[in-house]
Amino acid sequence: MDFGVIFDRSVFALFADQSLILALAAIGLNVHFGYTGLLNFGQVGFAAMGAYGIASGVTYLELPFGVSLLLGIALAVLLALLLGVPTLRLRADYLAIVTIASSEVIRLTARSAEFREQTGGSSGLGGFAQGFYDLNPFGPGSYGIGPASYDSNRFFLLVVGWTLVVLCSLLVFLLMRSPWGRVLRGIREDEDAVRSLGKNVVGYKMQSLILGGVFGAFSGFAFALANSSVQPDNYGTQFTFLAFAAMILGGAGRVIGPVVGAILFQTLLVLVENVLIEAKGAGYISDAVLSGNDIGAVRFVLVGVVLMALMIFRPQGLFGDKKELALDAR
Amino acid sequence: MLVVPSSTREETALGHRPAVPAPRRALRAVLLGLAAVLLLLTGGAPAAAQAPPPPPAPSAPAAPSADPSAAPDGEEPVEGIAGTLANAGEPVEGVEIAVEQDGQEVGTATTDEQGRWRVPVPGPGDYTVLLDVETLPEGTDLRDEDASSRDVTVREGQGNAPALFLLGEGRSGGSSRLDRAPQLIVGGLQFGLVLAMGAIGLSLIFGTTGLTNFAHGELITGGAILGYALNVGLGLNLIPATVIAVIVGGVLGALLDRGLWRPLRKRGTSLIAQLVVSIGLSFVLRYLYLIYYEGSARSYAQYSTQSPVDLGPVGVLPRDMVIIAVSLLVLVAVGLGLQRTRFGKATRAVADNPSLAATSGIDVEKVNNIVWAMGTALAVLGGIFLALSQQVGYQLGQNALLLLFAGVTLGGLGTAYGALVGSLVIGLFTQLSTLFIAAELQVVGALVILILILVVRPQGILGSRERVG
Repeated sequence: MDFGVIFDRSVFALFADQSLILALAAIGLNVHFGYTGLLNFGQVGFAAMGAYGIASGVTYLELPFGVSLLLGIALAVLLALLLGVPTLRLRADYLAIVTIASSEVIRLTARSAEFREQTGGSSGLGGFAQGFYDLNPFGPGSYGIGPASYDSNRFFLLVVGWTLVVLCSLLVFLLMRSPWGRVLRGIREDEDAVRSLGKNVVGYKMQSLILGGVFGAFSGFAFALANSSVQPDNYGTQFTFLAFAAMILGGAGRVIGPVVGAILFQTLLVLVENVLIEAKGAGYISDAVLSGNDIGAVRFVLVGVVLMALMIFRPQGLFGDKKELALDAR
Repeated sequence: MLVVPSSTREETALGHRPAVPAPRRALRAVLLGLAAVLLLLTGGAPAAAQAPPPPPAPSAPAAPSADPSAAPDGEEPVEGIAGTLANAGEPVEGVEIAVEQDGQEVGTATTDEQGRWRVPVPGPGDYTVLLDVETLPEGTDLRDEDASSRDVTVREGQGNAPALFLLGEGRSGGSSRLDRAPQLIVGGLQFGLVLAMGAIGLSLIFGTTGLTNFAHGELITGGAILGYALNVGLGLNLIPATVIAVIVGGVLGALLDRGLWRPLRKRGTSLIAQLVVSIGLSFVLRYLYLIYYEGSARSYAQYSTQSPVDLGPVGVLPRDMVIIAVSLLVLVAVGLGLQRTRFGKATRAVADNPSLAATSGIDVEKVNNIVWAMGTALAVLGGIFLALSQQVGYQLGQNALLLLFAGVTLGGLGTAYGALVGSLVIGLFTQLSTLFIAAELQVVGALVILILILVVRPQGILGSRERVG
């Protein structure tokens, strides 16, 4: 076993694009679930809106790159309105079912041959990221420290992306200290009490859904740009639950929770994966236990185990406050 | 100028203005910062518009989960797309099949004397498999003449991805909507009944314990795989294998309740937390299936290829008739059991009000335990039936889960007959909708119905309003 390789790859993963994508999605989920108590299981739908916004915007509508970014945000807001208007009055578990169903509707529609022209069908779209990488001020070469070194374009994406993460987190921090944020948390704790104070609960929930949805669209931007392509099957439900697990790990209802959770969780997944690859290469694991092809599946088993263990033993995650998360279906 | 809409949006999102000035100033600063990032991005827009199209990918593979650093390089392509062509149980030889990606041919194959074919592909991704209808022997047609191509997604490490072409006796003859409808109705009834097997379990578990079980799809997959292990692994005939699998499934369901859900209920874990736990469980189970059953979808040893029997305007496979009959019997038995027996009464009492049921001497935990056993056993049976028409694959139940939810909510959460009616409606709807929309969108149609139902009548067709709360 080459521990050097394992170490290098894990350090590389710390701030690489997967962590970035997860962090942005988890910040959005945190606004929904952590602060407002909305059980949004369709975060990937917002990410898909962002991703297809720029991909279809540039390639099909032939918009400039910047305008298609705005298109992505607009689509996410539209999705939030479409989802929210009818469903925010429903009970928590119904909202969960509706959001997860809507995200699957988006994925299946995007991958269908009917809309091949707009969305590229099952093979997706590419060739839209040039507008972004043209802005890259870094010359060719490798940037970073030690194993966490990235090529110029990737480094540019990461710098922009993590700046966005910091700004989004700051925005959430300030918003949640404001009276607006206190109303959201009030809704999470006791919707009826907030209603009895004369607050428009559905309106606040809608604003929360939109805000978190826009953060979800940001993560879709990062996902699409990191791959330079959009493929519908990348936007399946597993994306949502990966972000969900990351948020719970860090601590829902905490500004720093989803960011730290995303970095730690992604790094943990890469670490475990590489330990298994190395152990497999060194012959410590027989094919009967785990074949080389199945190492990729282990990460999802791990996602499940982490979700279960956290919800059972430490629902507040690393930084959360247990008293803040007394959620229940009403 | 492009920045304006986004920053005004953020401001309106504030609703009430913060009372303290300091956070407000800071908030403005953050908004300005966000705007600056957007400006940076949008500022380069004209340059982007003139830029040459080819994208220099920043060295990232497109796989959703594969970390770029972890991808092993230079491996032989192990992935492929494969299948078997058979008509009425007889293999079909000499049919040409081509695999394309993004319109470019990746490879071709011709079926051998056992009807088998395989095309190796360079790696994971989306492919289109085309069957050359011209090379089909005389008298053999695709059962659906429009279905000469298949979109296949090859996942990393999947081995052989299946591409299934159904051959039949060319009953697509005059395929007007009216002619196809009876056939689709039969298919829809069957699919609905099979869904109902899962939906009733899901609904009962929700009714008695309050848990929205997102792992129910994996119980269905588990049933199909258990059946496969007994049928192909141990060489049992499928019928005794099914009986054994259902019994084993019931025991496993009771154990799952004892080992996981009952302790959670005892701890007072909230229902939302339990729901997330069930999602975690579904991930664990699904990917364990992927690891140990392997990715490729396979068929049972018996009854997988049959010719339809003509019944008036429709042709029904003998196995489908058995599936319909057995499902009906089982579902009616469950329904009667819930209405007539002491246990059924106790179950409904627990579903209505657990504490009241407990004070009247009902052992609530025992009821929950039996409901879990029953629900799992039904899911196992449903899984085997589903796999008979769709092959055994690790995503079998996951793909059905949202349809189960659709059926359950349509009928009314927590009611057994409601789940049956709702599932039948969903089954018929998904099949009949293919008359008007592309087959690949049939699930979309069902999910849109699910969303609409929740919006218009959240208590479902047969549910009562109070129960929704």
